[in-house]
Amino acid sequence: MGRLAVPFVGFIVGLGFILALLCAVFFTPHDAPEVTAASVFHREPKEIHYASDGPLGRFDRQQLQRGFQVYKEVCSACHSLRLVAFRDLEEIGFSKPEVKAIAKGWAVEVPTVDDKGEATTRKALPSDYIPSPYANETAARASNNNALPPDLSLIVKAREGGAPYVDSILTGFQNPPAELLKRFPDSAPPPGLHYNPYFANLNIAMPPPLVAEGQVSYSDGTKATVPQMASDVSAFLIWTAEPKLEARHRAGVVAVIFLLIATGLAFAAYRNIWSGMKH
Amino acid sequence: MSFPWANHYAPKHPLMRWMDEKLPLPRLVYNAVGAGYPVPRNLNYMWNFGVLAGAALVIQIITGVVMAMHYAANAGVAFDSIEHTVRDVNAGWAMRYAHANGASMFFIVVYLHIFRGLYYGSYKAPREMVWLLGVVIFLLMMATAFMGYVLPWGQMSFWGAQVITGFFSAIPVVGEPIREWLLGGFAPDNAALNRFFSLHYLLPFVIAGVIILHIWALHIPGSSNPTGVEVKGPQDTVPFHPYYTAKDGFGLGVFLVIFSILMFFAPNALGHPDNYIPANPLSTPAHIVPEWYFWPFYAILRAFTFNFLWIPAKLWGVLAMFGAIALLFFLPWIDRSPVRSARYRPMYKWFFWVLVLDVFVLGLCGMKPPEGVWVLLGQLAAIYYFAHFLIILPIVSAIERPLPLPMSITASVLGEEPATTGQPA
Repeated sequence: MGRLAVPFVGFIVGLGFILALLCAVFFTPHDAPEVTAASVFHREPKEIHYASDGPLGRFDRQQLQRGFQVYKEVCSACHSLRLVAFRDLEEIGFSKPEVKAIAKGWAVEVPTVDDKGEATTRKALPSDYIPSPYANETAARASNNNALPPDLSLIVKAREGGAPYVDSILTGFQNPPAELLKRFPDSAPPPGLHYNPYFANLNIAMPPPLVAEGQVSYSDGTKATVPQMASDVSAFLIWTAEPKLEARHRAGVVAVIFLLIATGLAFAAYRNIWSGMKH
Repeated sequence: MSFPWANHYAPKHPLMRWMDEKLPLPRLVYNAVGAGYPVPRNLNYMWNFGVLAGAALVIQIITGVVMAMHYAANAGVAFDSIEHTVRDVNAGWAMRYAHANGASMFFIVVYLHIFRGLYYGSYKAPREMVWLLGVVIFLLMMATAFMGYVLPWGQMSFWGAQVITGFFSAIPVVGEPIREWLLGGFAPDNAALNRFFSLHYLLPFVIAGVIILHIWALHIPGSSNPTGVEVKGPQDTVPFHPYYTAKDGFGLGVFLVIFSILMFFAPNALGHPDNYIPANPLSTPAHIVPEWYFWPFYAILRAFTFNFLWIPAKLWGVLAMFGAIALLFFLPWIDRSPVRSARYRPMYKWFFWVLVLDVFVLGLCGMKPPEGVWVLLGQLAAIYYFAHFLIILPIVSAIERPLPLPMSITASVLGEEPATTGQPA
């Protein structure tokens, strides 16, 4: 009988768990998720392709520079980019003097102390991280109807859908469809929020940032349409989130080719060693 | 240990003879994973995963030690210190992605290793101790992986820590004080982050120690094999080196190719986007999900939604989740069939594949938000999980008629007719 003690106790424990689960199956509700305005009208990001896509993808530096211009002239009014330093801009093709000029001309200055120890600000240097538009979260909320503009450094990795999601948000502003208000009369965007079907709950605090063609003037002659600016700035944000993407792709190709050859040799060695041994 | 016909270590070079007298470490290696360890000749590719799990641990330790050189376990700077590693440290991105995806690769090979053991009955006598130590390693891995996921101090790190340590508060009366003691506070914060870092650095070395015991225990009866028939003579075995070192070398190559594709071309595919948002105790993510390797257990936890016998559903869930792993400790004594390999167990084989499917379904339910049909599916899958191990297995092992076993490993390899009918191996 001792031999059967474990299976017997196991049987009892198993029955306990199974009965608890059966009660859960029969006595708790399994309602389908509630149909809400968001569950019906929310849209997946548009399909947008970038030069950096795929295992061999490289950045289009011209595009990244245009995207930086959009960030600088539009987004940086409210959004910080705190993980990127001015010196990093050399990686997307700006020369050292250009980086110096960009840092020096940045609208927000860097906090420091003067020679008496009093708090003051100074012009940014290439070694500085890009200064944030607001001194702190409270200031940011106070200027934005209590909404907090998120830092953009990692935004494409921090959102399901990545860069196409950012692009879709930027180009997705529209008037609420008539059908939405008909089916869900309470779903009109509250004051201060803006209808955008690519945003999880349909109403985003950010007002449409890219509104007119030619809002920035590109020096490379590219026509600054709203979709063009949106895809340029989202491509730029791929780089801010993943600055080592090109090095990673290059190393990956070398590593995989090397390992495939090594694995082929290992397979040959394995077959050779086992050749006389039936198994 | 080992078989009488095992090759004997005979150092030829005077230096090696001197070494052998003072510290016979080369002899130990020779007998453990060299030509001195006779292994059944018929092992298939499913026997590669033990070595691969060892390789995965070594990769985790090396990349982890380098990561720790640049990491700061402080709630104020932890998130940025990881970003600093990725952006400013030479090859820091490679270390970070190798370490994060290495955890997934480690769990993939360990899950295959565990299911190999379940299919071929590797947990049965005389290898019970090997299995028990394996379950201990699995538990230590889960603890290590959980604490490692907290270290970047992103949103999922913080809220994952909140949920997992919340399990303890399900224990009546003492639960909440235990939780606060473990965390060093009322919620995860600096104290928790620091102790998790300390333990995340410690536990891999504990795992390495238990792996040594795992291999030691394995070497006493020797490796199992796909027929489940024990080794009967020298013709049944080959020396581990060069036969299985060569085969494991090939397996390691395939493992590293898949690992490289993952870490170089899709390094964030298995992560959660929310963990790129710094931890914010004031903002709860819409869906808190653990890493993929915990999904089946997370589904079991959430399957209990009824206060059965006046015990709160949450406590049932926590007990069941730990029970789902703890029952593995008793498996050698639950499955009483004398036949090891599922090849010769026509009923068990079917239930095994249902279990594999069931664990996939549980994983899917653990990933999905707990609403609608996913809750019901998770409950049904959890019922099968417990029924499989605690109800079906004892019954099957009592009533099943095994197929005839081969006379020996060699007879099976050479395709000779089986002569015995369903006798113990």
